[in-house]
Amino acid sequence: MIPFDFQKATTANEAIAAAQAGGRFIAGGTTLIDLMREEVEKPERLVDINSLPLAYIRPEGDDLVIGALARMSEVAAHADVVRLQPLLSETLLEGASPQLRNVASIGGNLLQRARCPYFRMLDAPCNKRAPGSGCAAIDGVNAGHAVLGTSDACVAAHPSDLAVSLVALGATLQVSGPDGDRTLSVEDLYRLPGETPHLEHTLAHGELIIEIRVPSGRYARRARYLKVRDRSSYEFAVVSAAAALDIDGGIIRSARIACGGVGTKPWRMRASEQALVGRRPDRVAFEQAAQAALDGVRPLSHNRHKVELLPRTIARALEMAGEVA
Amino acid sequence: MGQNPHSRAVDEHETASLPPVDHFDFSRSGVPLVSGAAVAATTVTSRATKAASGPSRGAAVAVQLKINGVVRNLSIDPRQSILDVLRETLDLTGTKKGCNQGACGACTVLIDGKRVNSCLTLAVMHEGADITTIEGLAQGDELHPLQAAFIEHEGFQCGYCTSGQIMSGVGCIAEGHAHSPEEIQSWMSGNICRCGAYPGIVAAIGDAAGRI
Repeated sequence: MIPFDFQKATTANEAIAAAQAGGRFIAGGTTLIDLMREEVEKPERLVDINSLPLAYIRPEGDDLVIGALARMSEVAAHADVVRLQPLLSETLLEGASPQLRNVASIGGNLLQRARCPYFRMLDAPCNKRAPGSGCAAIDGVNAGHAVLGTSDACVAAHPSDLAVSLVALGATLQVSGPDGDRTLSVEDLYRLPGETPHLEHTLAHGELIIEIRVPSGRYARRARYLKVRDRSSYEFAVVSAAAALDIDGGIIRSARIACGGVGTKPWRMRASEQALVGRRPDRVAFEQAAQAALDGVRPLSHNRHKVELLPRTIARALEMAGEVA
Repeated sequence: MGQNPHSRAVDEHETASLPPVDHFDFSRSGVPLVSGAAVAATTVTSRATKAASGPSRGAAVAVQLKINGVVRNLSIDPRQSILDVLRETLDLTGTKKGCNQGACGACTVLIDGKRVNSCLTLAVMHEGADITTIEGLAQGDELHPLQAAFIEHEGFQCGYCTSGQIMSGVGCIAEGHAHSPEEIQSWMSGNICRCGAYPGIVAAIGDAAGRI
């Protein structure tokens, strides 16, 4: 690991100023330390933000508010989360391992870096790590890569489960930075790779995630997360789906669907959502709606199976959501 | 040692003069490269060159940690993980380095009562933390119930993952996630055993959960 300076920030303003001066925020560090050891990440200064008072979890009116420094395990087990947004609890427990969940922060989870093996491999070309060097995954081992939102420069799938469910639920972020505070949707936090895959998010230099706000909705109760993967726990998704249904009088009033493992960012399936409105919640409706998720899909040499798996995962997740009493 | 270890404070400031912690290195795949002195010597040289490019960068930080009840005042290279401090600075080698990237769980310890991968967290981030390692579980000659259960149920073969399995198992039981074999399997999935001693591990944790 390349030497770096270490600074502990005690206020958000102090942290933001340190980041503006070139520092890099560290919370749980489970992604960053790993990548620093590989010398993929080479910060000259780390700004430890763990002393900031941002580990809260609380209902505010009908919303659920989660501080950026709450740990994955704390959020998953929190009574208000289980009561108001059970989808988030289920999603968090499908991610990482118990040890990692005890350390990884919610803000850091959203900003975790790509899991493309070539991103970590210093002797392979990677436009995300070394802009302009090329993409080894496009013609390489790409079974785990994205089929939606890819470009000729990058095909890495976004790794976060939590982000998928937050996008489905229409969650927003409160961020604070050198130019003040602002709010943006979790969906708008992420960029498509395009020609600039090294730019993964829309936060400005020095901006810090303060909290996540999850709005209440009639679909919050019937909401499930299905993660299809190579082993039954502690593995990234091949395909995952967060599905939520607002059913009234035996008719779907509205639906929320987002998917992981398939997109270069968490992928909201609006066409599938629309296709469900006014339908009865049955297998036929779910399968028809799920087909709409394939619009624009672009498989690679080793991940064509995701094209088949994606609608099946969505349909099953919708069934699971519909089965919630 | 006739004195109460809980009242003992050990000053480790002299460790700043020890060789850099990265005198053993890991390749990109996380495979140890400490097979020969020549490799180690090359590594030290390359690190020293990098360090020289920023004279003040990476200055040591004073950190106080409480490890198995003993307060330690340490001078820490910011790059040192908790795992490296335990093994290299304090010679507490019961905690094992497996993958060194958070994938295998061999380095699991309890920090402030929670199980974590000690390889993936920097010691400088844990000022004042209370850390329990495998060396801190037994009460004198009396094994912790989970240690005894691992022996009883043969929860290991080669033993390399065992201290991490036991520390993770202690966390799993404390969290209340050891009610059934299926629950234990899921909540112990952060600990890999390449010998495949999982049936014994799951049985030991289930057994100990009923006794703790």
